[in-house]
Amino acid sequence: MMADSGPEEIAVIGNTDLTSAELENNIKNTMVEIEKWTSLLRKMEISVGEAEKRTGKNTVNMQEIYTVYLIETRPVDAVTEGIIPAPDSLWRRYSEFELLRNYLLVTYPFVVVAPLPEKRAEIVWHKLSADNMDPDFVERRRVALENFLLRIASHPVLCNDKIFYIFLTEEKGWKEMVYETGFQAKADSRLKAMNAAFRVKNPDKRFTELKHYSDELQTVVSQLLRVRARVADRLYGVYKVHGNYGRVFSEWSAIEKEMGDGLQSAGHHMDAYAASVDDILEEEEHYADQLKEYLFYTEALRAVCRKHELTQFELEMAAQDLTSKKQQKEELVTGTVRTFSLKGMTSKLFGQETAEQREAKLQVLEQQIEEGEEAVKEKNTESDEFVKTAWVDIERFKDQKDRDLKEALISYAIMQISRCKKGIQVWTNAKECFNKM
Amino acid sequence: MTRFSSPSQKQSAQESARDLSLPNGTPVETSSPASSSSLLNRLQLDDDLDGETRDLFVTVEDPKKHVSTMETYITYKVATKTTRVEFDLPEYSVRRRYQDFDWLRTKLEDTQPTHLIPPLPEKFVMKGVVDRFSEEFVETRRKALDKFMKRVADHPVLSFNEHFNAFLSAKDLDKRRGLALLSKMGESVKYVTGGYKLRSRPVEFSAMGDYLDMFTQKLGTIDRIAQRIIKEQSEYQVELREYGPVYTTWALSEAELQEPLEGVASCVANCSNALDELTQDMSEDFLPVLREYVLYIDSMKIVLKKRDNIQAEYETKLEAAAFRKEERASAT
Repeated sequence: MMADSGPEEIAVIGNTDLTSAELENNIKNTMVEIEKWTSLLRKMEISVGEAEKRTGKNTVNMQEIYTVYLIETRPVDAVTEGIIPAPDSLWRRYSEFELLRNYLLVTYPFVVVAPLPEKRAEIVWHKLSADNMDPDFVERRRVALENFLLRIASHPVLCNDKIFYIFLTEEKGWKEMVYETGFQAKADSRLKAMNAAFRVKNPDKRFTELKHYSDELQTVVSQLLRVRARVADRLYGVYKVHGNYGRVFSEWSAIEKEMGDGLQSAGHHMDAYAASVDDILEEEEHYADQLKEYLFYTEALRAVCRKHELTQFELEMAAQDLTSKKQQKEELVTGTVRTFSLKGMTSKLFGQETAEQREAKLQVLEQQIEEGEEAVKEKNTESDEFVKTAWVDIERFKDQKDRDLKEALISYAIMQISRCKKGIQVWTNAKECFNKM
Repeated sequence: MTRFSSPSQKQSAQESARDLSLPNGTPVETSSPASSSSLLNRLQLDDDLDGETRDLFVTVEDPKKHVSTMETYITYKVATKTTRVEFDLPEYSVRRRYQDFDWLRTKLEDTQPTHLIPPLPEKFVMKGVVDRFSEEFVETRRKALDKFMKRVADHPVLSFNEHFNAFLSAKDLDKRRGLALLSKMGESVKYVTGGYKLRSRPVEFSAMGDYLDMFTQKLGTIDRIAQRIIKEQSEYQVELREYGPVYTTWALSEAELQEPLEGVASCVANCSNALDELTQDMSEDFLPVLREYVLYIDSMKIVLKKRDNIQAEYETKLEAAAFRKEERASAT
């Protein structure tokens, strides 16, 4: 299940003149390349091309309208040879994406699985519709679903999963295949475990910190998204009111002789200014979507931490059980009663047991101890494995997050600069019109 | 130094004599007895003093608050320097309050009916909405009063007005004003409420009246739009001030991203400050000019109204004279 790249494959960079920071950066970049190279994306192009509406009967036999998304795949080789064959394609609806993700969550609990876009549109500024059927919402969802598939396909572990591959390539029978893996039972027990309340004595500190971080990230990004939406709302108002200037300048130009042309032109610039805000804010939604993805990622992070707690808890329980069994054996052998047991009390009250009875009990206990030791060993290995593999993926996630968010902030800044430049242009033009009056 | 252009079209003296037309291009016939060209001439501000030496300098400065038992009010220092013989002294420094400026303006209107008197800043401010004693308000008012005084001082006719002289020089203005208060009431009533019916108004004055009505309306609309923009910008500002700090909070949980996030936070703060400046400039520089022009137009409309009234009086008297002639003719 592990990706076939390893640290051994990183090319040694012979130039020793690089600073340690640059070296580290080079290693990081190379690892990104390797990641891409070994992922599914090396073999195939994946895209979510279109969306369509369908009608059908749902689980309670009622008519419903839902949207399906076209998944297109094409082998990479074909393109590079100059021939561009038509892509293979199939249609999937949102619930199938959900099923895929749940399957992956259950099957690879140590992976921070990329999130799906939100089911219903929330935290949007007022101009955008919160309606699931709205074409803009559907379009943004299409982009987000494509992004989801690309994330899975570029993950060193998940990209090799068979169910994922068939999700992309075979429309019929995929759902049945998923259920055949018996994942449902695992999913149910996972859900139970997620919601259970238990106390872990010795969790790995790193996971505790990570859980803390994911809570903080969730809080701050939610707040950021909310305030940004309000800022967008207000900015919209400012731009649109300027449109009124356009109208009044136009009316005013009608009663003026020399100033007429200047006023009319200035009025047009004001109209253009007011109209420009729609595109500007739509572009900004892309930034919001990028933030939202990481908001939803925090849930995946928490799930991994939770799984660690669970494994650790099971280990601690097994160890505790073993200790108690060993103690019972010791008591039985030495005849002292340190632990309270009903048998102990009754034997005190009603007399000692026979030697045969004791012997039998001892044997049972020894058996249990043996089994217990096996169990503890198993749980220990399980826990160690989990911590190891999970932490590798968490480091991968951290790097991905830093890269992605940095890029998102940069393009946000570029958007702002572009908006302000456009504003300056409009007012410069208007000023020229006024000067010429 | 910023100069404020005339409220109507800038026409050279020669042009106005031969080719008369309204701002929207309609040519105008000069047929009425009261020559419209001379009226239009007087509607211009004489900006021709460029390069000429002035002999009268007036400034309005140093506002101070006065608290008396009856009321609290602000006075302004009016400083004069002049070489004119009409004045006894070469320098004067007196304290005047808004009421006094208002009195002066009314006196000028009454005594120079064919001249357009520059406007004063708004007289009434809604208590509770605007703080009459705030630094901003007082400063805005002082600037407008200063402008007013300079315009009168630069005017070749108005600056020689005896009331203007008194305003600049008199130690105790109240005595000079005296009963002027009563007459001021009467005259303004006469000019505003006169309901004379006109036979026919000369075309150019009707056109001018229509233009002024529309122009006022447009200016009023622009004023309202600007105020709305200021309001929307303030609300945008409120959100911006909450937005930046969220990035700072986020930066606290991050390592690699700390610097970029803090960068964004400081940029948002900069934008916020710039927006503050913009809003302030709009309030201080743009809106007052609009309002001043609205006041100018009000003055112009009053002048037109006076003209109407005079025409009405004239027509009434003509009728009366014609009637008496008939009577006398039929009596003989």
